[in-house]
Amino acid sequence: MTATTVAPIVAVDRAVVAYADRPVLRAVSLRVYAGEVVAVLGANGSGKSTLIRAALGLVPLSGGSVRLFDMPLRRFRQWRRIGYVPQRVGAGSGVPATAGEVVAAGRLARRGFLRPARNADRAAVTGALAAVGLADRIGDPVGTLSGGQQQRTLIARALAGDPELLVLDEPTAGVDAASQQAFADALHAFVGAGGTVLLVAHELGPLQRLISRAVVVHDGAIAHEGPVPEPAGHHADPAHDHVHPHGPVAEPGLWSAP
Amino acid sequence: MSIFQYDFMVRALIAALITGFTAPTLGIYLVQRRMSLIGDGIGHVALTGVGIGLLTGNSPVLAAVVVAAAGAVAVELIRQRGRTSGDIALAILFYGGIAGGVFLVGLASDKSNANLMAYLFGSPLSASRSDLVVMGVLGVGVLAVTVLLRPWLFAICQDEEYAKVSGLPVRTLNLLIAVATAVTVTVAMRAVGLLLVSALMVVPVAAAQQLTRGFRSTMHAAMGIGVLAAALGIWISGAAGGGGTAPGATIVLVAIGLFLTATIGAAGWRILRRRTAGVLGGLGGERAAPAEIEPPDVVLDR
Repeated sequence: MTATTVAPIVAVDRAVVAYADRPVLRAVSLRVYAGEVVAVLGANGSGKSTLIRAALGLVPLSGGSVRLFDMPLRRFRQWRRIGYVPQRVGAGSGVPATAGEVVAAGRLARRGFLRPARNADRAAVTGALAAVGLADRIGDPVGTLSGGQQQRTLIARALAGDPELLVLDEPTAGVDAASQQAFADALHAFVGAGGTVLLVAHELGPLQRLISRAVVVHDGAIAHEGPVPEPAGHHADPAHDHVHPHGPVAEPGLWSAP
Repeated sequence: MSIFQYDFMVRALIAALITGFTAPTLGIYLVQRRMSLIGDGIGHVALTGVGIGLLTGNSPVLAAVVVAAAGAVAVELIRQRGRTSGDIALAILFYGGIAGGVFLVGLASDKSNANLMAYLFGSPLSASRSDLVVMGVLGVGVLAVTVLLRPWLFAICQDEEYAKVSGLPVRTLNLLIAVATAVTVTVAMRAVGLLLVSALMVVPVAAAQQLTRGFRSTMHAAMGIGVLAAALGIWISGAAGGGGTAPGATIVLVAIGLFLTATIGAAGWRILRRRTAGVLGGLGGERAAPAEIEPPDVVLDR
Protein backbone atom coordinates (compact mmCIF):
# COMPACT_ATOMS: atom_id res chain seq x y z
CA MET A 1 0.00 0.00 0.00
CA THR A 2 2.81 2.36 0.94
CA ALA A 3 6.52 2.31 0.25
CA THR A 4 8.17 -0.06 2.70
CA THR A 5 11.36 2.00 2.87
CA VAL A 6 9.54 4.84 4.67
CA ALA A 7 9.05 4.28 8.39
CA PRO A 8 5.45 4.75 9.53
CA ILE A 9 4.59 7.68 11.80
CA VAL A 10 2.51 5.41 14.00
CA ALA A 11 3.36 1.73 14.24
CA VAL A 12 1.32 -0.39 16.62
CA ASP A 13 2.54 -3.97 16.54
CA ARG A 14 0.43 -6.80 17.93
CA ALA A 15 -0.79 -4.65 20.82
CA VAL A 16 -2.59 -6.41 23.65
CA VAL A 17 -4.56 -4.39 26.21
CA ALA A 18 -6.66 -5.77 29.02
CA TYR A 19 -8.67 -3.91 31.68
CA ALA A 20 -8.60 -6.08 34.76
CA ASP A 21 -9.09 -9.53 33.19
CA ARG A 22 -11.21 -8.39 30.28
CA PRO A 23 -9.23 -8.31 27.01
CA VAL A 24 -9.93 -5.14 25.02
CA LEU A 25 -7.34 -5.42 22.26
CA ARG A 26 -6.13 -8.79 21.03
CA ALA A 27 -2.83 -8.44 19.17
CA VAL A 28 -3.87 -5.49 17.02
CA SER A 29 -1.46 -3.97 14.51
CA LEU A 30 -1.88 -0.58 12.89
CA ARG A 31 0.40 1.54 10.74
CA VAL A 32 -0.11 5.16 9.74
CA TYR A 33 2.19 6.71 7.13
CA ALA A 34 2.92 10.39 6.52
CA GLY A 35 0.12 12.16 4.68
CA GLU A 36 -2.49 9.50 5.36
CA VAL A 37 -5.89 10.13 6.93
CA VAL A 38 -6.78 6.93 8.71
CA ALA A 39 -10.20 6.41 10.27
CA VAL A 40 -10.60 3.78 12.98
CA LEU A 41 -14.25 2.72 12.94
CA GLY A 42 -16.23 0.41 15.14
CA ALA A 43 -19.11 0.07 17.54
CA ASN A 44 -19.06 1.32 21.11
CA GLY A 45 -16.90 -1.00 23.17
CA SER A 46 -15.11 -2.45 20.14
CA GLY A 47 -11.76 -1.21 21.42
CA LYS A 48 -11.27 1.53 18.83
CA SER A 49 -10.62 4.28 21.36
CA THR A 50 -8.38 2.00 23.37
CA LEU A 51 -6.32 1.38 20.25
CA ILE A 52 -5.37 5.03 19.76
CA ARG A 53 -5.02 5.65 23.48
CA ALA A 54 -2.59 2.75 23.60
CA ALA A 55 -0.74 4.23 20.62
CA LEU A 56 -0.23 7.43 22.66
CA GLY A 57 0.86 5.62 25.80
CA LEU A 58 -2.26 6.59 27.76
CA VAL A 59 -3.18 2.94 28.24
CA PRO A 60 -0.51 0.44 29.28
CA LEU A 61 0.15 -2.45 26.90
CA SER A 62 0.24 -5.96 28.25
CA GLY A 63 1.78 -7.18 25.01
CA GLY A 64 3.12 -5.90 21.72
CA SER A 65 4.83 -2.61 21.02
CA VAL A 66 4.27 0.95 19.79
CA ARG A 67 6.61 3.18 17.80
CA LEU A 68 5.93 6.87 17.14
CA PHE A 69 7.95 8.68 14.46
CA ASP A 70 10.20 5.63 14.31
CA MET A 71 11.02 5.77 18.02
CA PRO A 72 9.92 3.26 20.66
CA LEU A 73 7.11 4.83 22.70
CA ARG A 74 9.16 4.60 25.88
CA ARG A 75 11.93 6.76 24.44
CA PHE A 76 9.71 9.09 22.40
CA ARG A 77 10.08 12.70 23.54
CA GLN A 78 9.04 14.82 20.56
CA TRP A 79 5.45 15.23 21.71
CA ARG A 80 5.23 18.60 19.97
CA ARG A 81 4.87 16.65 16.72
CA ILE A 82 1.54 15.21 17.91
CA GLY A 83 -1.75 17.04 18.44
CA TYR A 84 -4.23 15.07 20.51
CA VAL A 85 -7.97 15.71 20.69
CA PRO A 86 -9.47 13.63 23.49
CA GLN A 87 -13.07 12.56 23.67
CA ARG A 88 -14.93 15.55 25.01
CA VAL A 89 -15.95 15.07 28.60
CA GLY A 90 -16.76 18.75 28.90
CA ALA A 91 -14.03 21.26 28.26
CA GLY A 92 -15.27 23.12 31.30
CA SER A 93 -13.96 22.36 34.78
CA GLY A 94 -14.37 23.59 38.31
CA VAL A 95 -12.91 27.01 37.53
CA PRO A 96 -13.92 29.07 34.48
CA ALA A 97 -11.38 29.29 31.66
CA THR A 98 -11.61 31.19 28.40
CA ALA A 99 -11.38 29.48 25.03
CA GLY A 100 -8.09 31.31 24.52
CA GLU A 101 -6.67 29.92 27.78
CA VAL A 102 -7.66 26.36 26.87
CA VAL A 103 -6.14 26.67 23.40
CA ALA A 104 -2.96 28.22 24.84
CA ALA A 105 -2.40 24.96 26.74
CA GLY A 106 -1.88 23.36 23.34
CA ARG A 107 1.08 25.63 22.76
CA LEU A 108 3.04 24.48 25.83
CA ALA A 109 4.67 21.54 24.06
CA ARG A 110 6.31 24.01 21.64
CA ARG A 111 6.86 26.79 24.13
CA GLY A 112 9.36 25.07 26.39
CA PHE A 113 9.19 24.80 30.15
CA LEU A 114 9.11 28.07 32.12
CA ARG A 115 9.52 30.17 28.98
CA PRO A 116 7.09 33.10 28.84
CA ALA A 117 4.67 33.30 25.92
CA ARG A 118 6.01 35.08 22.86
CA ASN A 119 4.15 36.79 20.06
CA ALA A 120 4.41 33.64 17.97
CA ASP A 121 2.61 31.72 20.73
CA ARG A 122 -0.21 34.24 20.91
CA ALA A 123 -0.51 34.30 17.12
CA ALA A 124 -0.72 30.49 17.07
CA VAL A 125 -3.61 30.59 19.55
CA THR A 126 -5.64 33.13 17.57
CA GLY A 127 -4.77 31.34 14.32
CA ALA A 128 -5.93 27.97 15.65
CA LEU A 129 -9.20 29.43 16.91
CA ALA A 130 -9.74 31.10 13.54
CA ALA A 131 -9.12 27.77 11.78
CA VAL A 132 -12.10 26.24 13.60
CA GLY A 133 -14.25 29.34 13.12
CA LEU A 134 -14.17 30.54 16.74
CA ALA A 135 -11.90 33.58 16.44
CA ASP A 136 -14.52 35.83 18.01
CA ARG A 137 -14.99 33.57 21.05
CA ILE A 138 -11.38 33.75 22.31
CA GLY A 139 -12.36 35.59 25.50
CA ASP A 140 -15.53 33.60 26.22
CA PRO A 141 -15.58 31.00 28.99
CA VAL A 142 -15.61 27.52 27.40
CA GLY A 143 -18.45 26.60 29.73
CA THR A 144 -20.76 28.96 27.85
CA LEU A 145 -19.97 27.46 24.42
CA SER A 146 -22.18 24.81 22.86
CA GLY A 147 -20.98 21.19 22.82
CA GLY A 148 -19.85 21.48 19.21
CA GLN A 149 -17.98 24.70 19.92
CA GLN A 150 -16.27 23.12 22.93
CA GLN A 151 -15.17 20.27 20.70
CA ARG A 152 -13.83 22.75 18.16
CA THR A 153 -11.95 24.50 20.98
CA LEU A 154 -10.21 21.21 21.78
CA ILE A 155 -9.31 20.80 18.09
CA ALA A 156 -7.93 24.34 18.07
CA ARG A 157 -5.86 23.42 21.14
CA ALA A 158 -4.32 20.52 19.20
CA LEU A 159 -3.72 22.71 16.13
CA ALA A 160 -2.06 25.48 18.16
CA GLY A 161 1.00 23.33 18.73
CA ASP A 162 1.54 23.11 14.97
CA PRO A 163 1.67 19.29 14.96
CA GLU A 164 2.56 16.91 12.13
CA LEU A 165 0.13 14.23 13.32
CA LEU A 166 -3.36 14.83 14.63
CA VAL A 167 -4.91 12.09 16.75
CA LEU A 168 -8.63 12.57 17.33
CA ASP A 169 -10.90 10.48 19.51
CA GLU A 170 -14.53 10.70 18.34
CA PRO A 171 -14.20 14.32 17.23
CA THR A 172 -17.70 14.55 15.77
CA ALA A 173 -19.70 12.63 18.38
CA GLY A 174 -22.72 14.67 19.41
CA VAL A 175 -21.60 17.72 17.44
CA ASP A 176 -24.08 19.94 15.61
CA ALA A 177 -24.01 20.18 11.82
CA ALA A 178 -22.41 23.64 11.69
CA SER A 179 -19.57 22.50 13.94
CA GLN A 180 -19.11 19.29 11.94
CA GLN A 181 -18.64 21.36 8.81
CA ALA A 182 -16.27 23.82 10.52
CA PHE A 183 -14.32 20.85 11.80
CA ALA A 184 -14.17 19.14 8.40
CA ASP A 185 -12.88 22.40 6.87
CA ALA A 186 -10.18 22.74 9.53
CA LEU A 187 -9.11 19.14 9.00
CA HIS A 188 -9.09 19.64 5.24
CA ALA A 189 -6.73 22.60 5.61
CA PHE A 190 -4.49 20.59 7.94
CA VAL A 191 -4.27 17.65 5.51
CA GLY A 192 -3.76 20.01 2.59
CA ALA A 193 -0.69 21.42 4.37
CA GLY A 194 0.81 17.92 4.56
CA GLY A 195 -0.52 16.81 7.93
CA THR A 196 -1.25 13.22 8.92
CA VAL A 197 -4.46 12.26 10.72
CA LEU A 198 -5.50 9.28 12.82
CA LEU A 199 -9.07 9.54 14.00
CA VAL A 200 -11.58 7.37 15.78
CA ALA A 201 -15.17 7.73 14.73
CA HIS A 202 -18.52 6.13 15.09
CA GLU A 203 -19.85 7.86 12.00
CA LEU A 204 -17.89 9.94 9.53
CA GLY A 205 -20.42 12.47 8.25
CA PRO A 206 -18.79 15.29 6.28
CA LEU A 207 -15.33 13.83 7.03
CA GLN A 208 -15.82 10.89 4.73
CA ARG A 209 -14.27 12.55 1.67
CA LEU A 210 -11.01 13.14 3.56
CA ILE A 211 -10.40 9.56 4.66
CA SER A 212 -7.71 7.70 2.75
CA ARG A 213 -7.97 4.42 4.65
CA ALA A 214 -10.42 2.90 7.07
CA VAL A 215 -9.74 0.34 9.80
CA VAL A 216 -12.72 -1.36 11.39
CA VAL A 217 -12.17 -2.66 14.92
CA HIS A 218 -14.55 -5.29 16.19
CA ASP A 219 -14.32 -7.12 19.49
CA GLY A 220 -10.72 -6.09 20.04
CA ALA A 221 -9.43 -7.15 16.65
CA ILE A 222 -9.25 -5.62 13.20
CA ALA A 223 -12.17 -6.85 11.13
CA HIS A 224 -11.56 -4.80 8.01
CA GLU A 225 -8.75 -2.68 6.67
CA GLY A 226 -8.56 -0.89 3.36
CA PRO A 227 -10.03 1.86 1.25
CA VAL A 228 -13.13 3.55 2.57
CA PRO A 229 -15.73 2.79 -0.11
CA GLU A 230 -18.28 0.26 1.04
CA PRO A 231 -17.79 -0.30 4.75
CA ALA A 232 -17.17 3.30 5.68
CA GLY A 233 -20.04 4.52 3.53
CA HIS A 234 -22.24 1.97 5.16
CA HIS A 235 -21.12 2.83 8.69
CA ALA A 236 -21.28 6.51 8.02
CA ASP A 237 -24.98 6.19 7.41
CA PRO A 238 -26.57 7.87 10.41
CA ALA A 239 -29.32 5.28 10.51
CA HIS A 240 -26.76 2.53 11.03
CA ASP A 241 -25.65 2.47 14.62
CA HIS A 242 -23.49 -0.59 15.05
CA VAL A 243 -20.83 -2.50 13.24
CA HIS A 244 -21.58 -6.16 12.69
CA PRO A 245 -18.90 -7.33 10.30
CA HIS A 246 -19.21 -11.09 10.47
CA GLY A 247 -21.91 -12.25 12.79
CA PRO A 248 -20.92 -14.03 16.00
CA VAL A 249 -18.64 -12.15 18.33
CA ALA A 250 -16.33 -15.01 19.18
CA GLU A 251 -15.64 -16.10 15.62
CA PRO A 252 -12.16 -17.63 15.72
CA GLY A 253 -11.01 -15.82 12.57
CA LEU A 254 -11.26 -12.49 14.36
CA TRP A 255 -8.61 -13.53 16.84
CA SER A 256 -5.77 -13.70 14.39
CA ALA A 257 -4.02 -10.46 13.58
CA PRO A 258 -4.36 -9.34 9.99
CA MET B 1 -10.56 52.07 64.64
CA SER B 2 -7.47 52.45 66.70
CA ILE B 3 -6.95 48.76 67.26
CA PHE B 4 -3.89 48.83 64.98
CA GLN B 5 -1.99 50.99 67.46
CA TYR B 6 -1.00 47.69 69.09
CA ASP B 7 1.94 45.88 67.57
CA PHE B 8 0.33 42.48 68.02
CA MET B 9 -2.69 43.63 66.02
CA VAL B 10 -0.44 44.81 63.21
CA ARG B 11 1.40 41.48 63.24
CA ALA B 12 -1.95 39.65 63.24
CA LEU B 13 -3.00 41.70 60.24
CA ILE B 14 0.22 40.92 58.36
CA ALA B 15 -0.12 37.21 59.13
CA ALA B 16 -3.69 37.23 57.87
CA LEU B 17 -2.83 39.20 54.74
CA ILE B 18 0.00 36.81 53.78
CA THR B 19 -2.45 33.93 54.14
CA GLY B 20 -5.31 35.64 52.30
CA PHE B 21 -3.01 36.54 49.42
CA THR B 22 -1.30 33.14 49.09
CA ALA B 23 -3.89 30.48 49.90
CA PRO B 24 -6.29 31.12 46.97
CA THR B 25 -3.48 30.93 44.38
CA LEU B 26 -2.99 27.29 45.34
CA GLY B 27 -6.64 26.63 46.11
CA ILE B 28 -7.66 27.48 42.56
CA TYR B 29 -5.91 24.34 41.27
CA LEU B 30 -7.63 22.19 43.89
CA VAL B 31 -11.01 23.67 42.96
CA GLN B 32 -10.30 23.12 39.27
CA ARG B 33 -9.61 19.47 40.00
CA ARG B 34 -12.74 19.28 42.15
CA MET B 35 -10.57 18.35 45.11
CA SER B 36 -11.61 21.28 47.32
CA LEU B 37 -11.60 19.19 50.47
CA ILE B 38 -8.04 17.92 50.10
CA GLY B 39 -6.64 21.03 51.79
CA ASP B 40 -8.72 20.18 54.85
CA GLY B 41 -7.28 16.67 54.97
CA ILE B 42 -3.72 17.93 54.61
CA GLY B 43 -4.45 20.29 57.50
CA HIS B 44 -5.38 17.29 59.62
CA VAL B 45 -2.13 15.57 58.71
CA ALA B 46 -0.11 18.71 59.48
CA LEU B 47 -1.26 18.52 63.10
CA THR B 48 0.79 15.37 63.53
CA GLY B 49 3.78 17.40 62.33
CA VAL B 50 3.03 20.07 64.93
CA GLY B 51 2.92 17.36 67.60
CA ILE B 52 6.23 15.91 66.47
CA GLY B 53 7.79 19.38 66.45
CA LEU B 54 6.59 20.19 69.97
CA LEU B 55 7.62 16.80 71.29
CA THR B 56 11.13 16.87 69.85
CA GLY B 57 11.73 20.53 70.62
CA ASN B 58 11.95 21.51 66.96
CA SER B 59 9.98 24.22 65.23
CA PRO B 60 6.35 23.03 64.98
CA VAL B 61 5.95 24.96 61.71
CA LEU B 62 8.87 23.27 59.96
CA ALA B 63 7.87 19.85 61.30
CA ALA B 64 4.34 20.51 60.03
CA VAL B 65 5.70 21.40 56.57
CA VAL B 66 7.60 18.13 56.37
CA VAL B 67 4.81 15.90 57.65
CA ALA B 68 2.10 17.68 55.63
CA ALA B 69 4.25 17.39 52.50
CA ALA B 70 4.64 13.66 53.09
CA GLY B 71 0.88 13.40 53.57
CA ALA B 72 0.18 15.41 50.41
CA VAL B 73 2.52 13.23 48.36
CA ALA B 74 0.72 10.16 49.73
CA VAL B 75 -2.62 11.70 48.68
CA GLU B 76 -1.24 12.37 45.20
CA LEU B 77 0.00 8.77 44.85
CA ILE B 78 -3.43 7.49 45.92
CA ARG B 79 -5.09 9.82 43.38
CA GLN B 80 -2.81 8.57 40.58
CA ARG B 81 -3.79 4.99 41.29
CA GLY B 82 -7.43 6.02 41.00
CA ARG B 83 -8.61 3.01 42.98
CA THR B 84 -12.01 3.00 44.63
CA SER B 85 -10.29 2.00 47.87
CA GLY B 86 -8.45 5.33 47.64
CA ASP B 87 -11.40 7.05 49.31
CA ILE B 88 -11.01 4.94 52.44
CA ALA B 89 -7.24 5.30 52.35
CA LEU B 90 -7.65 9.10 52.41
CA ALA B 91 -10.10 8.93 55.31
CA ILE B 92 -7.69 6.82 57.35
CA LEU B 93 -4.78 9.12 56.51
CA PHE B 94 -6.69 12.26 57.53
CA TYR B 95 -8.17 10.92 60.76
CA GLY B 96 -4.90 9.27 61.63
CA GLY B 97 -3.25 12.65 61.11
CA ILE B 98 -5.51 14.61 63.43
CA ALA B 99 -5.67 11.86 66.09
CA GLY B 100 -1.89 11.52 66.02
CA GLY B 101 -1.55 15.26 66.32
CA VAL B 102 -3.86 15.60 69.31
CA PHE B 103 -2.10 12.64 70.95
CA LEU B 104 1.42 14.02 70.41
CA VAL B 105 0.58 17.61 71.39
CA GLY B 106 -0.92 16.21 74.59
CA LEU B 107 2.30 14.34 75.32
CA ALA B 108 4.43 17.36 74.55
CA SER B 109 3.32 19.94 77.11
CA ASP B 110 1.27 20.39 80.22
CA LYS B 111 -0.55 23.47 78.90
CA SER B 112 -1.40 21.49 75.79
CA ASN B 113 -5.03 22.51 75.64
CA ALA B 114 -4.34 26.16 74.86
CA ASN B 115 -1.56 25.11 72.49
CA LEU B 116 -3.80 22.70 70.62
CA MET B 117 -6.54 25.28 70.18
CA ALA B 118 -4.01 27.75 68.77
CA TYR B 119 -2.98 25.31 66.05
CA LEU B 120 -6.48 24.06 65.29
CA PHE B 121 -8.19 27.45 65.07
CA GLY B 122 -5.33 29.87 64.57
CA SER B 123 -3.79 32.50 66.83
CA PRO B 124 -2.63 35.39 64.66
CA LEU B 125 -2.61 37.69 67.71
CA SER B 126 0.35 35.77 69.14
CA ALA B 127 2.37 35.81 65.93
CA SER B 128 5.93 36.94 66.58
CA ARG B 129 8.21 38.80 64.23
CA SER B 130 10.08 35.59 63.41
CA ASP B 131 6.78 33.78 62.77
CA LEU B 132 6.00 36.42 60.18
CA VAL B 133 9.38 35.97 58.54
CA VAL B 134 8.85 32.22 58.24
CA MET B 135 5.33 32.77 56.86
CA GLY B 136 6.60 35.33 54.38
CA VAL B 137 9.37 33.10 53.07
CA LEU B 138 7.05 30.08 52.70
CA GLY B 139 4.39 32.29 51.13
CA VAL B 140 6.81 33.59 48.51
CA GLY B 141 7.78 30.00 47.76
CA VAL B 142 4.14 29.04 47.21
CA LEU B 143 3.51 32.08 45.02
CA ALA B 144 6.59 31.30 42.92
CA VAL B 145 5.05 27.92 42.09
CA THR B 146 1.40 28.89 41.71
CA VAL B 147 1.85 32.12 39.76
CA LEU B 148 4.97 31.48 37.67
CA LEU B 149 3.93 27.95 36.66
CA ARG B 150 0.31 28.87 36.03
CA PRO B 151 0.11 27.84 32.33
CA TRP B 152 1.60 24.43 33.08
CA LEU B 153 -0.35 23.76 36.27
CA PHE B 154 -3.52 24.95 34.51
CA ALA B 155 -2.87 22.47 31.70
CA ILE B 156 -2.42 19.46 33.99
CA CYS B 157 -5.39 20.35 36.20
CA GLN B 158 -7.65 21.06 33.24
CA ASP B 159 -6.91 17.95 31.19
CA GLU B 160 -4.28 15.62 32.61
CA GLU B 161 -4.26 13.17 29.69
CA TYR B 162 -3.83 15.94 27.18
CA ALA B 163 -0.95 17.32 29.24
CA LYS B 164 0.66 13.88 29.17
CA VAL B 165 0.43 13.72 25.38
CA SER B 166 1.89 17.24 25.27
CA GLY B 167 4.98 15.80 26.91
CA LEU B 168 4.63 17.89 30.09
CA PRO B 169 6.30 16.46 33.21
CA VAL B 170 2.87 15.64 34.63
CA ARG B 171 4.02 13.52 37.55
CA THR B 172 6.58 16.07 38.72
CA LEU B 173 4.08 18.93 38.45
CA ASN B 174 1.49 16.94 40.39
CA LEU B 175 3.96 16.33 43.18
CA LEU B 176 4.85 20.03 43.11
CA ILE B 177 1.18 20.93 43.63
CA ALA B 178 1.03 18.42 46.48
CA VAL B 179 4.04 19.91 48.24
CA ALA B 180 2.81 23.46 47.62
CA THR B 181 -0.53 22.48 49.18
CA ALA B 182 1.31 21.30 52.29
CA VAL B 183 3.33 24.50 52.51
CA THR B 184 0.20 26.63 52.05
CA VAL B 185 -1.50 24.74 54.86
CA THR B 186 1.38 25.53 57.21
CA VAL B 187 1.47 29.15 56.14
CA ALA B 188 -2.23 29.51 56.87
CA MET B 189 -2.04 27.54 60.12
CA ARG B 190 -1.05 30.57 62.19
CA ALA B 191 -3.78 32.83 60.82
CA VAL B 192 -6.88 30.63 60.59
CA GLY B 193 -5.84 27.31 62.12
CA LEU B 194 -5.55 23.85 60.60
CA LEU B 195 -9.28 23.16 60.69
CA LEU B 196 -10.12 26.29 58.72
CA VAL B 197 -7.10 26.35 56.36
CA SER B 198 -9.04 24.87 53.50
CA ALA B 199 -11.65 27.62 53.68
CA LEU B 200 -9.15 30.32 52.72
CA MET B 201 -7.91 28.20 49.79
CA VAL B 202 -11.37 27.49 48.43
CA VAL B 203 -13.89 30.16 49.44
CA PRO B 204 -12.16 33.15 47.76
CA VAL B 205 -11.90 31.10 44.54
CA ALA B 206 -15.57 30.16 44.76
CA ALA B 207 -16.47 33.82 45.26
CA ALA B 208 -14.19 35.01 42.44
CA GLN B 209 -15.55 32.63 39.84
CA GLN B 210 -19.01 34.12 40.24
CA LEU B 211 -17.58 37.29 38.75
CA THR B 212 -14.93 36.21 36.24
CA ARG B 213 -14.70 34.61 32.82
CA GLY B 214 -11.18 33.22 32.67
CA PHE B 215 -8.71 31.28 34.81
CA ARG B 216 -6.18 34.07 35.13
CA SER B 217 -8.80 36.64 36.10
CA THR B 218 -10.28 34.18 38.59
CA MET B 219 -6.88 33.77 40.25
CA HIS B 220 -6.34 37.51 40.52
CA ALA B 221 -9.85 38.18 41.80
CA ALA B 222 -9.50 35.36 44.35
CA MET B 223 -6.28 36.90 45.66
CA GLY B 224 -8.08 40.21 46.07
CA ILE B 225 -11.01 38.60 47.83
CA GLY B 226 -8.65 36.64 50.09
CA VAL B 227 -6.83 39.82 51.12
CA LEU B 228 -10.12 41.66 51.69
CA ALA B 229 -11.50 38.83 53.84
CA ALA B 230 -8.27 38.69 55.88
CA ALA B 231 -8.17 42.44 56.52
CA LEU B 232 -11.88 42.77 57.31
CA GLY B 233 -11.79 39.66 59.46
CA ILE B 234 -8.92 40.89 61.63
CA TRP B 235 -10.48 44.33 61.93
CA ILE B 236 -13.92 43.00 62.91
CA SER B 237 -12.43 40.52 65.35
CA GLY B 238 -10.34 43.24 67.02
CA ALA B 239 -13.06 45.88 67.04
CA ALA B 240 -15.77 43.54 68.35
CA GLY B 241 -16.69 44.08 71.97
CA GLY B 242 -15.98 41.72 74.84
CA GLY B 243 -12.30 41.09 74.10
CA GLY B 244 -12.86 40.40 70.40
CA THR B 245 -13.99 37.39 68.40
CA ALA B 246 -11.84 34.47 67.25
CA PRO B 247 -9.82 35.94 64.35
CA GLY B 248 -9.58 32.76 62.24
CA ALA B 249 -13.29 32.05 62.38
CA THR B 250 -14.10 35.71 61.72
CA ILE B 251 -11.91 35.76 58.60
CA VAL B 252 -13.59 32.64 57.25
CA LEU B 253 -17.08 33.99 57.96
CA VAL B 254 -16.21 37.23 56.17
CA ALA B 255 -14.95 35.20 53.19
CA ILE B 256 -18.21 33.26 53.08
CA GLY B 257 -20.10 36.55 53.33
CA LEU B 258 -18.14 37.82 50.31
CA PHE B 259 -18.98 34.59 48.47
CA LEU B 260 -22.69 35.05 49.14
CA THR B 261 -22.52 38.69 48.08
CA ALA B 262 -20.74 37.78 44.86
CA THR B 263 -23.18 34.98 44.08
CA ILE B 264 -26.28 37.10 44.69
CA GLY B 265 -24.74 40.05 42.85
CA ALA B 266 -23.81 37.92 39.83
CA ALA B 267 -27.26 36.33 39.70
CA GLY B 268 -28.90 39.75 39.88
CA TRP B 269 -26.60 41.05 37.15
CA ARG B 270 -27.46 38.10 34.91
CA ILE B 271 -31.19 38.64 35.34
CA LEU B 272 -30.77 42.34 34.65
CA ARG B 273 -28.72 41.64 31.51
CA ARG B 274 -31.14 39.03 30.21
CA ARG B 275 -33.95 41.52 30.59
CA THR B 276 -31.97 44.18 28.73
CA ALA B 277 -31.06 41.66 26.02
CA GLY B 278 -34.72 40.71 25.75
CA VAL B 279 -35.66 44.32 25.21
CA LEU B 280 -32.92 44.70 22.58
CA GLY B 281 -34.00 41.48 20.88
CA GLY B 282 -37.57 42.77 20.85
CA LEU B 283 -36.36 45.99 19.29
CA GLY B 284 -35.00 43.98 16.41
CA GLY B 285 -32.22 42.53 14.32
CA GLU B 286 -28.75 43.21 15.60
CA ARG B 287 -28.48 41.06 18.69
CA ALA B 288 -30.48 38.21 17.24
CA ALA B 289 -27.61 36.52 15.42
CA PRO B 290 -25.23 35.84 18.35
CA ALA B 291 -28.18 34.95 20.55
CA GLU B 292 -29.01 32.17 18.12
CA ILE B 293 -25.70 30.38 18.71
CA GLU B 294 -25.92 30.60 22.47
CA PRO B 295 -28.72 28.25 23.60
CA PRO B 296 -27.57 24.69 24.33
CA ASP B 297 -30.44 23.37 22.20
CA VAL B 298 -27.97 23.40 19.34
CA VAL B 299 -25.95 20.66 21.01
CA LEU B 300 -28.82 18.25 20.91
CA ASP B 301 -29.33 18.82 17.20
CA ARG B 302 -26.93 16.33 15.62
